Amino acid sequence: MAELTYLQAISDGLRTEMRRDKRVFVIGEDVGVYGGAFKVTLGFQEEFGHWRVMDAPLAETAIVGACTGAAIMGMRPVAEMQFADFISCAWDHLVTVAAKQRYRAGTPVPITVRLPSGGGFSGGPFHSQNPESSFAHIPGLKCVCPATPEDAKGLLISAIEDPNPVLYFEHKHLYRRIKGEVPEERYTVPIGKARTHRDGDDLSLITWGAMVYTAEEAAQQLESDGVSVEILDLRTVLPWDKQAVLDSVRKTSKALVLHEDTRTGGFGAEIAATIAEEAFEDLDAPVKRIAAPDTPVPFSPPLEKAFIPQVDDVVAGLRDLAEY
Amino acid sequence: MATTEAIDVVMPQMGVSVSEGTITKWLKQQGEQVEADEPLLEISTDKVDTEVPSPGSGVLTEILVQEGQTVDVGTKLAVIGGDGAQAQAPSPPEPATAEAAAEAQAPSSAETPAPVAPTQPAPAPAEPEPAHSTNGKTFVSPVVAKIASEHGVDPSQVEGTGRGGRVTKKDILGFIETGAPAESPTAAPQPAPAPAAAPAPAPAPAQPAAPEPPAPAPTPAPAQAAAPAPTPAPAPAPSAAQPGETFEPMTAMRKGIAEHMRRSLDTSAHVTSAIEVDMSKVTAIRAKLKNEYQQSYGVNPTYLIFVARAAADTLREYPWINGEIRGDQIVTRNYVNLGFAVELADGKGLIVPVVKNAEGLNLLGMARAVTDIAQRARDKKLLPDEVQGGTFTITNPGGYGTFHGTPVISQPQAGILGTYAVVKRPWVVQDDLGQDVIAIRPIMNLTLTYDHRLVDGALAGRFLRDLRHKLESWEESTY
Repeated sequence: MAELTYLQAISDGLRTEMRRDKRVFVIGEDVGVYGGAFKVTLGFQEEFGHWRVMDAPLAETAIVGACTGAAIMGMRPVAEMQFADFISCAWDHLVTVAAKQRYRAGTPVPITVRLPSGGGFSGGPFHSQNPESSFAHIPGLKCVCPATPEDAKGLLISAIEDPNPVLYFEHKHLYRRIKGEVPEERYTVPIGKARTHRDGDDLSLITWGAMVYTAEEAAQQLESDGVSVEILDLRTVLPWDKQAVLDSVRKTSKALVLHEDTRTGGFGAEIAATIAEEAFEDLDAPVKRIAAPDTPVPFSPPLEKAFIPQVDDVVAGLRDLAEY
Repeated sequence: MATTEAIDVVMPQMGVSVSEGTITKWLKQQGEQVEADEPLLEISTDKVDTEVPSPGSGVLTEILVQEGQTVDVGTKLAVIGGDGAQAQAPSPPEPATAEAAAEAQAPSSAETPAPVAPTQPAPAPAEPEPAHSTNGKTFVSPVVAKIASEHGVDPSQVEGTGRGGRVTKKDILGFIETGAPAESPTAAPQPAPAPAAAPAPAPAPAQPAAPEPPAPAPTPAPAQAAAPAPTPAPAPAPSAAQPGETFEPMTAMRKGIAEHMRRSLDTSAHVTSAIEVDMSKVTAIRAKLKNEYQQSYGVNPTYLIFVARAAADTLREYPWINGEIRGDQIVTRNYVNLGFAVELADGKGLIVPVVKNAEGLNLLGMARAVTDIAQRARDKKLLPDEVQGGTFTITNPGGYGTFHGTPVISQPQAGILGTYAVVKRPWVVQDDLGQDVIAIRPIMNLTLTYDHRLVDGALAGRFLRDLRHKLESWEESTY
């Protein structure tokens, strides 16, 4: 096994599938000659040629539309949105066409859309969002949010292999900060399965993406209080691993849901509601949510810090639950 | 009749660090009508004394915690409205519980963790079950309810460690694991039969709560006659008043003061230095400003205000006296938060509200700030955060004519300034020709009591010298 950054693991997964399956191709803004805004596809055009690593015009609608058509014709396209925020331009193709096609006509649409998402670098309102909740509301799509290099590779391969449109939310804050052992051979990480990031008995903390690391730091602080926190990394928000969440909550009886996306209508609400519906009798405290406030992502570093949930916020939330 | 929904009155959270409060007075009696936001009771915490407004309108159907009792934040104190059920007798519930407990203890299995019989409440004592709604542990979470029903346990018998005494899942699991209650859900968790037995002679009838016996009570035998046992009650006290003595429960504030004074003396190395200040200039300026301040701003430029103003300035030049020892670090600040010791209106307590960022206030600002907090302190309208964060304190016992004192430092500060009576004294001064002459001058003594661990005597001396200089050379335009 090699130690790879989160970003290298994404490249590795993509390269693995492109070498294995001739139907797989990449399309996006600056993904070819330039190697991608974040250099995920650096060197890909040299290896696979410009027909499989295509620079597209600045038109997300066209990118996703082309992918949808190609997928219907039997290809396995992987689109890159330069920033996840821009996917709103492609909403219609994704939601009205790709997500419905299989239900409407029986045709699978095996596209993968890579979405560099998340804040933490003063990118402001157009380059920092986590729009997974919006798409988690769309039946027919799948949404994955890997947090570790190993999952980044395995989930990307699963996404490409999947016969449905899969939105692959890769967190920019993790790109070069997070390193981990990644198997060199091809492997998949199942879509829809959560991962226990940390074992614990007193509280369940359910999260995904970059917040897994915020959660981990907070849980370490709680450990010194004598409170043991179980962290569940959801990995997939649609379809999400309800069973794993319910199992954990039944064990601890206290749950905190944490996400970087804004609060109202965020996916945490769905998890909290499900816990209340299905594990009500096992609860020893109200389900708690920690999320960003309901505003666009601010540019200013101190404001952005106030916006994105920080370790201290999570520690306070966990303590509050522990003391309840 | 069963018209309105019952509203619970709970012990409010008065500031982040406060965990309990004492009921000093019920302003409404059981059965009385009360309107929303009308003052319902007075409470006393170790930070502030305050009135608690009624959370709703209706008849005060039940008072659950009596005057003089101290309970955790979140504890249910009273019920407003509800199914007009005749207000039950206001007496505390303990007697019944203790009685039942004692009875249940008597025959049986005190020790071995007898497996929890999921079945039954045991040979119930003949008496009716005591109502448990009165112990403050009102909310039972879903999981606790489920465990309780699975194991046939009454959650109100479990000692709660959650917020406001709530029984948590861990509490009830621990309770079941230790096996305490197996046969009798009314038994107290401790196997020892000691807890609530009370001395036979009832204390002075006026007492709301019987003082706790100082030593483990003899035998549980007289439990039938058990007097109410105030569980979290005041520190051990003699069990009965001697002839001529009267008991009065210590308020939370008094207990807080007692603890703080003792701790301060145990912490800091107290040393006091005094200095005499000629207040001639201040007196003259004060006479001039008095009318203007009172007519234009409604505040009085007292001597204290002048001293506070000068002290705030001087403290900036002596950061250690405005500092504190924290661990093995010395903390200094770029601000001065001045605490002022204020006696409460009833003369039965003292509170130290803080003027934050006093270094930024001119004389008028200081006068306004001090007038405001002192008034609100006396009216019990201070917010909890207004009695925290002081970096230095001024106490002013001089109003009664005292000319010297050795106040106790408010922890964790490093010093406290005492201001004393301004007295006209014969004073040696120099006339215009440089000759010594005796003049009549208004003299005030100031004391600085400092923590000698941090502040050396020479430093304290220089501080007092500079403070005196500021007061003696006061120019109206200076401030």
